[in-house]
Amino acid sequence: MQTFGWPEAMFIFRAAGWTLLLTAISFAIGSLIGGAFAIMRLSRIKLVRNFAAGYILVIQSIPVLMVLFMSYYGLSIIGIELPPFFAASASLAVYVSAYLAEIWRGSIESVPYQQWEASASLAHSPAQTYRYVILPQAIRISLPPTVGFLVQLVKNTSIVSVVGFVELSRAGQLVNNATFQAFQVFSLVAVIYFAICFPLSRLSRHLEKVMNASRSH
Amino acid sequence: MQFDPVLAESDLILKGIWLTIVLSASAIVLGCTLAVLLVALRTLAGRWAGIVVDAYVELMRNTPFLIQLFMIFFGLPLLGIRMSGVEAALLTMTLNLGAYSTEIIRAGVESIHKSQFEAGVSLAMTRRQVFQYVVLQPAFARVWPALSSQFVLMMLASSICSFISVQELSGAAAIVEQRTFRSFETYIIVTVVYLVMALSLKVFLLWLGRKLFPQVSGLSRLDAKAEAA
Repeated sequence: MQTFGWPEAMFIFRAAGWTLLLTAISFAIGSLIGGAFAIMRLSRIKLVRNFAAGYILVIQSIPVLMVLFMSYYGLSIIGIELPPFFAASASLAVYVSAYLAEIWRGSIESVPYQQWEASASLAHSPAQTYRYVILPQAIRISLPPTVGFLVQLVKNTSIVSVVGFVELSRAGQLVNNATFQAFQVFSLVAVIYFAICFPLSRLSRHLEKVMNASRSH
Repeated sequence: MQFDPVLAESDLILKGIWLTIVLSASAIVLGCTLAVLLVALRTLAGRWAGIVVDAYVELMRNTPFLIQLFMIFFGLPLLGIRMSGVEAALLTMTLNLGAYSTEIIRAGVESIHKSQFEAGVSLAMTRRQVFQYVVLQPAFARVWPALSSQFVLMMLASSICSFISVQELSGAAAIVEQRTFRSFETYIIVTVVYLVMALSLKVFLLWLGRKLFPQVSGLSRLDAKAEAA
């Protein structure tokens, strides 16, 4: 039987890189889709608004695992066979988009309504209003919850191990199956996750404090 | 797409639904109890108790549920504590939800004005009595919406327990899929079931919040608004 030593630990550390890459890619794609949905959710056209609201509600009300399976098998049924990494990124991006859309909708709505009126009275188009007046303020407000959500995302990347992609959790499982030293293996895995997530949690809380300080003036 | 082979296995899916409900309900009750105890410890006991509680909360909040599950399911037997998949799932869910709820309820307790504590103490109540009878209920009422969404998230996260072959809804789905080879159909049905369960739980928790905290919370204000309209 193999024992848990340096080679195994290095294998886990390398897998942590994949977790980070998965997080980065799904966040990048998810934020594009999520941003679009946030704006659609606030559209003046009722149909668009309801569609976005429905999308957000559905994705937030089903497990991430189901989002993963649905996009994995759904894509293969229409004939697209993606390698596990892309399937995983795509489905995580769907999950990310729904949560970010909701967070960002809240941030956009919390910009005072007078800002819209002021911008309109300067003859800005809706696009210009977003670009020059609303978004610069909304982005500041959205920073703490967005970073907080990033922590959730890092943790939820662990679920994609089920489609066979070797990221941090899957690496831990593989090493555990070979060594049966669950405590050491999963402690190391947990420590790595903690080392990624804890600074982000702290940053989120710090940003929240900074924002509150600036708002109370 | 053929749904018939999947629907033929509806027994298995119904059993899965039942286990998901039982696991989630137990975890919510136990996790909440744990959270109240931890918040009490943090508020009433000394500084060290607070540090220990905070460390526990941070540890649980910054590691994935899956790894916590593996740690308990594969790790504890090495210490001689053997448990079935369902027991490990329930324990993990309780510990996980307990940590999140501790953080939420703590925020609620801290939002209660200091004068409430002082008023209680000036009526010759002990600090524990003040916490129990004066602070806890309004604190709960204030954070009930946040707590509710955490409960729903926990119900959804229970799907991860299928990783250690617990046959809750997702676990049942995996078996149905293997028997019927109808992956997409199986997961469409199961996803819809999860959707219905999550929405029902949301509605139930909203109703429960209004029942439990009629006068204090923003929930009753929503009611008043609805009546006025």
